[in-house]
Amino acid sequence: MSELEFRDAIRQAIAEEMKRDDTVVLWGEDVAAAGGVFKATPGLLETFGAARVMDTPISELALAGGAFGAAVTGLRPVIEIMFGDFMALPMDSVINQAAKTWYLSNGRQRAPIVVRSAVGAGGRFGAIHSQNPATWLWNVPGLKIVGPAFPHDARDLLAAAIRDDNPVVFLEHKRLYSIKHRAPTWPRANIGQAQIVREGEDLTVVTWLKGVHDALAAAEQLAAHEISVEVIDVRSLRPLDLETIIASVSRTNRLLLVEEGPALGGWARGVLGAIAEHALESLDDAWVLATAEHPIPYSPPLEDAFLPGAERIASVVLDRAGVAVASSPGTVVERGGVR
Amino acid sequence: MTRSTARAATADQDLEAYGAMIQIRLFEEELQRQFLKGLVHGTVHLCIGQEAVPVGVCSCLRPTDVVAATYRGHGAALAKGVDVAAYAAELLGRSTGTCAGRAGSMNVIEPDVGLIGSFGIVGGSIAAATGAALTLRHRDGVAVAFFGDGATNQAYIHECLNLAQVLRLPVVFVCENNGYGEYTALEQVTAGDLAGRAAAYGTAVAKVDGNDVALVREAARVAVEQARAGDGPTFLECATYRHLGHSRSDPGAYRPAEEVAKWIARDPIPRLRKSLEESGLEREAQRIEEEERERVSAAFDAAVQAPYPEPGEVSEYA
Repeated sequence: MSELEFRDAIRQAIAEEMKRDDTVVLWGEDVAAAGGVFKATPGLLETFGAARVMDTPISELALAGGAFGAAVTGLRPVIEIMFGDFMALPMDSVINQAAKTWYLSNGRQRAPIVVRSAVGAGGRFGAIHSQNPATWLWNVPGLKIVGPAFPHDARDLLAAAIRDDNPVVFLEHKRLYSIKHRAPTWPRANIGQAQIVREGEDLTVVTWLKGVHDALAAAEQLAAHEISVEVIDVRSLRPLDLETIIASVSRTNRLLLVEEGPALGGWARGVLGAIAEHALESLDDAWVLATAEHPIPYSPPLEDAFLPGAERIASVVLDRAGVAVASSPGTVVERGGVR
Repeated sequence: MTRSTARAATADQDLEAYGAMIQIRLFEEELQRQFLKGLVHGTVHLCIGQEAVPVGVCSCLRPTDVVAATYRGHGAALAKGVDVAAYAAELLGRSTGTCAGRAGSMNVIEPDVGLIGSFGIVGGSIAAATGAALTLRHRDGVAVAFFGDGATNQAYIHECLNLAQVLRLPVVFVCENNGYGEYTALEQVTAGDLAGRAAAYGTAVAKVDGNDVALVREAARVAVEQARAGDGPTFLECATYRHLGHSRSDPGAYRPAEEVAKWIARDPIPRLRKSLEESGLEREAQRIEEEERERVSAAFDAAVQAPYPEPGEVSEYA
């Protein structure tokens, strides 16, 4: 089976859904003629025409608010907020309009919108072109938040997002657009299902987006130290598949959550709290690897020092293993949710 | 535009407008009483004095056209055809309400009559209507955004005027200029001319006396026809006044007494009533007023008797 490039997966999903359903439209800054600044949407304008694939002004609030008005009257807009950082601008419409209309209307008005956005650091884009807005939006009920790590998952999850009758924020990590993969061994991705992407026995690492690839690379390194790591790609923060994580930690008894973002207010601590609440008896150890409490720096050595890459994941696991071996259970400092 | 350039309204149109305006007035007066009894919760924003604007505009719309209202939206909602009884029940938080009590005054949605929302944040209606126009342009439809003068200082209006003009969208931007953004006078916080801002985008502009329903209707008719013909949006600025404060907690004491008196003397409802009487339609007007009084009274009577939603339903449609 041939390989699929991540950016092609995005384009394929949109194209297939536009072919299947003529109410699906694609709007955003430079998505049409230019094919997107990350080249995820080339050719769609030529295939589907200007009435459905539209370059908009640099007006994120009008874009998202317009998508809301269009969605509640019968279209299914897929909009692109070019960089995740720009999500600060359309927040009123996304949070106060799209996320709430289904509930407030007592199930009588739907807002089928997909808000695509390129997120994440590592590209030397600096402080306001590198953030992931997922956690800004995470405590807004009514918003599904999806972020794939693999091309085939991206294709299936984006198609599912477009078919969803209510708003989905679909996050694409900038460092993943160029990856190519064969079809995975696991089943087709569904929104709200986490996936074990590597099986292991000693430790469960939970992450998403680029973190999954970092965790897989770290797992390879740790295998050389005879530490067997299970890697879970959460794939969606809302809905959140706690069951898969709980089932895993009930076998491994150790949990590391890796987040490309600050720990305070981050999803990793939130998930850790939920696991502690529901499965405290399964945890021998649990902790979070997140980024420092300051903006994302530009200069390569600084950005590299800031990000939790494969090396840091492997090294914190080795440190933790060393500490855990040297101390008796219950005396280790910083053991989140441990008995 | 002056009255002489407006098309002569038929008696039927005037009587219909009178019924719609008096319905809104009676509805809000009763709402105020229910509020004082503690049966309306949180806050309410009344549009008493501004009724001619939504009534004049909505009389030019088809049932399939779409309206986005504000949190001062009772007038727009009723004028677009939201059921009076269901609306009263909604504002009392009852299960028989338009949104089964989930929305409340600031957030009512009634897709069956084209009310895509009442928007609790200043300016939110503007983008919603602009977006609806992106759908309706393929269906011979028109979208209307109602918003106040205060919203002209939000990003929404500038982004959406530009987008709507560039795409020639079938949307009418109806600015209910009541002179105050919440507690603050418009001129204190606003540079330049509101309609001039729209004109700068090349958008068609009309300024009317928003307390004369015939003038509002005529200006809206032109704007709606232009939108439906594919000739793009209009910014319709309607000068009007809210007789009361911003919300239930605001007595509006910051407004000079003579200003309030001047505008109350220009109350659109007695003005229309007088003109109907001059046309020999006093009995018809009186009959309509009594019908509306009965309808509104029955609506609130039923709402007061209606059950609250079951707490067990709180997480439906989550």
